[in-house]
Amino acid sequence: MAFTLAYLCVVVLIPLGALIARAARLGVSGVFAVAIDSRVLAALRVTFGVSLAAAAIDVVFGVLIAWVLTRYRFPGRRIFDALVDLPFALPTAVAGIALATLYAPNGVFGEQLEKLGLRVAFTPWGILVALIFVGLPFVVRTVQPVIEELDAEWEEASATLGAYRWRTLRRVLAPQIAPAVLTGMALAFARGVGEYGSVIFIAGNIAYVSEIAPLLIIVKLEEYDYDGATAIAAIMLAVSFVMLFVINATQSWSRRRLGHV
Amino acid sequence: MSDAALSRRAATRAADETPLAKAIAIGISMAFLAVFFLAPLVVVVVEASGKGLTGYIDAIGEPDARAAILLTLTVAAFVVPLNAAFGLAAAWAIAKFQFAGKNLLVTLIDLPFSVSPVVSGLVFVLLFGAQGWFGGWLAAHHVKVLFAVPGIVLATLFVTFPFVARELIPLMQAQGTVEEEAALTLGASGLKTFLTVTLPNAKWALLTGVLLANARAMGEFGAVSVVSGHIRGLTNTIPLQVEILYNEYSIAAAFALASLLALLALVTLVVKLAVERRGAG
Repeated sequence: MAFTLAYLCVVVLIPLGALIARAARLGVSGVFAVAIDSRVLAALRVTFGVSLAAAAIDVVFGVLIAWVLTRYRFPGRRIFDALVDLPFALPTAVAGIALATLYAPNGVFGEQLEKLGLRVAFTPWGILVALIFVGLPFVVRTVQPVIEELDAEWEEASATLGAYRWRTLRRVLAPQIAPAVLTGMALAFARGVGEYGSVIFIAGNIAYVSEIAPLLIIVKLEEYDYDGATAIAAIMLAVSFVMLFVINATQSWSRRRLGHV
Repeated sequence: MSDAALSRRAATRAADETPLAKAIAIGISMAFLAVFFLAPLVVVVVEASGKGLTGYIDAIGEPDARAAILLTLTVAAFVVPLNAAFGLAAAWAIAKFQFAGKNLLVTLIDLPFSVSPVVSGLVFVLLFGAQGWFGGWLAAHHVKVLFAVPGIVLATLFVTFPFVARELIPLMQAQGTVEEEAALTLGASGLKTFLTVTLPNAKWALLTGVLLANARAMGEFGAVSVVSGHIRGLTNTIPLQVEILYNEYSIAAAFALASLLALLALVTLVVKLAVERRGAG
């Protein structure tokens, strides 16, 4: 117990405390002064906007994939199921250079998309692709256990009462998995906001266009602008805490409503 | 309504999707996984073999690459056992004892998961950098933490902190304390109970947690990138060396090194799958 607390303090709490103390010295006005700089503002907008879009896309495909992997039986299911965890195990830098190579103008996907008039690499679209990649397992792995535990009786009752399958899915099943979907989306969004390694290779990192907030922290550090770096980090940390709170709140809400997580 | 129409309607109201809908759903989701997940893996293999087997061996045997591999292994050798020990202690305390502030403790353990890797690196710069809390003291005593191995170890400890505890806490909570109480009642010491009852029960979850922590420790990029200083042959881990090679357009060499980490990722996933199957069976 004492070891647990001491280790937690040394490895996690004291370092985070240093950041919070430094940000506190800047004060709200100091953080705000950094945040309204147009380059910082543009980076924050790209980071949060693209993370949200990626989380939304992850929800659509993540729920579908979770459903297919849990409910249907088909050859290769186990392999695909294991593949979903890939972004947890594959280092972000490796994913980054692989995605950048795929979507570069001369890459396998990039060349085809270029013909359609869509340039992915070195634009915000590239950031979107990378964030869809890193966020997907959060949605699938949060929703999957809930689908596994769904009680078939509800669906059968709904069908017996004359509802078409689509209506059953929408009115009976969707509300039951909604809290898990929200949690998964929040996790994917939080991961996307902080993501660095898989993004920087494909993003091109053009200031005001495809520069993400974590990269700007590194830029500020290289300029020895520790206050600037701290201010951006403080904003991101504040968002992380809000997300953590939202995740905990949706989970306790679903526990109250459904009697399980 | 005709009989045929009635039976058709009854069919659509089954408590299951039609075979066509199933096929479409499977098709879409597997295509999505193939494009976003399988394709990057294939690219790593194809690009890594771009200069043939000799090119591959040269890229990995090159001195800076060897130094990067050695450093990565060293960092993991420090980080993984430490965090495994912590994860066991924390999960044991949380699952087997009652105390105030338990929920807060669980939230705090998960904290590094919700912090950006770059911010995780930054906090150590603020602590140990020239203007940091301990910066002056360290400079006076000629101890280098930042832009040296200790900084890399600390940043990696931070980002891999929750993995083992996260795997163990739900499992040990579900197992409860009945078996431990039985052992204690039969006269076993606390340590003996832990070693012969608690640990064997948790060994598979422990293995999964250690594997995930190890994969992350060896592959961490953002946090390490901030604290390492990028000194070739000295403070570059494998992911950082991959970045340098890629930015120098040594694409085949970058992917050759990257393929080592991709292989590690695949091994991690396969073992995790095997452990989960064992749990299910």
